[in-house]
Amino acid sequence: MRIATGNDLKTGDVIWWSGGETWSRHLADAVDAADEAEAIIAREEAALRVNVPYIIDAEISDQGPMPLHIKDRVRAFGPTVRADLAINTSIPIEKA
Amino acid sequence: MYQYDQYDQAMVDARVAEFRDQCERRLKGELSEDQFKPLRLMNGLYLQLHAYMLRVAIPYGTLNSKQMRMLGHIGRKYDRDYGHFTTRQNIQYNWIKLEDAPAILEELAAVEMHAIQTSGNCIRNISSDQFAGAAADEIADPRPWAELLRQWSSFHPEFTYLPRKFKIAVIASDEDRAAMRLHDIGIQLVRNDAGALGAKFFVGGGMGRTPMIAPEIRDFVPADELIHYAEACLRVYNRYGRRDNKYKARIKILVHEIGKDEYRAQVEEEFAHMKTLGLNPPVDELERISAFFTDPDFDADAPDDIDMSDPDFRIWVEQNTHAHKQSGYAIANISLKPTGGIPGDASSDQIDLMADLAAQYSFDELRVTHTQNIVLPHVKKSDLYALWQKLDAAGLAPANLDLISDMIACPGLDYCSLANARSIPLAQKISNRFAAIERQKDLGELKLKISGCINACGHHHAGHIGILGVDKKGLENFQLSLGGSAAEDVSLAKITGPGFDEDGVVDAVETVTNLYLDKREDGERFIDTYRRIGMAPFKEALYD
Repeated sequence: MRIATGNDLKTGDVIWWSGGETWSRHLADAVDAADEAEAIIAREEAALRVNVPYIIDAEISDQGPMPLHIKDRVRAFGPTVRADLAINTSIPIEKA
Repeated sequence: MYQYDQYDQAMVDARVAEFRDQCERRLKGELSEDQFKPLRLMNGLYLQLHAYMLRVAIPYGTLNSKQMRMLGHIGRKYDRDYGHFTTRQNIQYNWIKLEDAPAILEELAAVEMHAIQTSGNCIRNISSDQFAGAAADEIADPRPWAELLRQWSSFHPEFTYLPRKFKIAVIASDEDRAAMRLHDIGIQLVRNDAGALGAKFFVGGGMGRTPMIAPEIRDFVPADELIHYAEACLRVYNRYGRRDNKYKARIKILVHEIGKDEYRAQVEEEFAHMKTLGLNPPVDELERISAFFTDPDFDADAPDDIDMSDPDFRIWVEQNTHAHKQSGYAIANISLKPTGGIPGDASSDQIDLMADLAAQYSFDELRVTHTQNIVLPHVKKSDLYALWQKLDAAGLAPANLDLISDMIACPGLDYCSLANARSIPLAQKISNRFAAIERQKDLGELKLKISGCINACGHHHAGHIGILGVDKKGLENFQLSLGGSAAEDVSLAKITGPGFDEDGVVDAVETVTNLYLDKREDGERFIDTYRRIGMAPFKEALYD
């Protein structure tokens, strides 16, 4: 699956496209952008709400969508060295 | 300490107002990210992995308690109650909201601070010896020169769009505590045979993907011509630097490709040309600046004796204090490397405490080091015990300066969008593995440096032991290297061989330190033993 992500323009928070014109701070809310991905990115770049939106590859897991690349799993988790600042500590960082 | 004049303040205030307008236009959608990005970067505002990150300049690492308290206040009010001191004597905040950025810069400007030129292809924060003005071994205080360079390089119209970023360090002692020769320009103040003050210039050093040690370009530039010579160095770079290729755009590549002799010849030609322009050396300005850097009112009768009956205090004094030029005083180093901690991080409360202690014990002065620690430069020896007690109560008294746990580590993949691997968890594991202070002291001086990517913000090329995190088919992998040094015995580390996973590289560090203990001769540091016996025994221990 392909999911869209970026950072909220105002806060800089990591956000995930969750369908329609909605974005969520929680990876679990992300939905498959499939063939719409490029259109979503183009729309958001024009709308100037999401900073640097981009598409990543992900897979379905027990917890929902899971990015294939470690960098995006860390983005979903939060800093792994500050559990108090983490967003979702159940994201498996070490996953290959 | 230097204090802004009306021009400094007006420039910073004007920049705040300008950036406020730019942010508002971005938030209203009047500027695209492509348009806004170069503007925010010129004000130190990055977009990192989790949020915006603001890098605030601490010129030559020097600040007063009021400024330090402001850093704590910003962490508390606008970030998540902490800040991260960097390897270029700056501080970074990792959780900044775009809409707050102008207010933060306005608060900084109120204490004569800013984030200008902490990013972008311009001359960055001038760095210097954290012991400047206090060290017993300096021939002059390098800070007036660093301040002069700061003023010259701030908003310099000719150098606002260089081929790449540009870093300058200034020192004034033979002992290099600022990694001077790993800068684009390294300046060492020296005296010639006639006793006149001048500067030795080293140009073309740096780390990153192509590490290089800056070769000496000139052995003596008269002090009053220092700025002009620096300008000539920049002009040649600005003219010929590779703007077509980001990876070949640093001055080190230019100096390497045309050769130091050709580079020097062109600089000399430019320097001679500049002399014909009738530009006045900024002697008057230097004198004005120097007046801000006179010695504090030291107590000439301060006793040299220290009661070291408390064994923990003794260890801290032995490890974390440094000789001061004034009898009865010491330079106190505050390590931001507690066991298992995050190198360079300090909470807002800790930052406030360090500010209070500077006001109480160090003539209101603090320094930030490129090794991500804090210095109180002028502490009476008779005050050290009280200081240590207060630091210890706040978790700020690890007695590990220059030991294996006093490591440099970049933010790595936990924060940085450029990183390939996480540096901090590795630093924590190594710190925990070598936690016993007796073991660290037995290992002696050992500079361990960790970078999460090839950009080398963690200075791994210059580590006695260096570790570079890489992405190996989607997994974090760590290359071990040995033999680097950022000090006066500068050298670049060499890779040992195939990389390791996170636990494996912790074991590998232990393997090479055990070999060192086995092979060392009297008085040898790790780096000395490595240089004597070479890489082969270490490779054998690691891979056979």
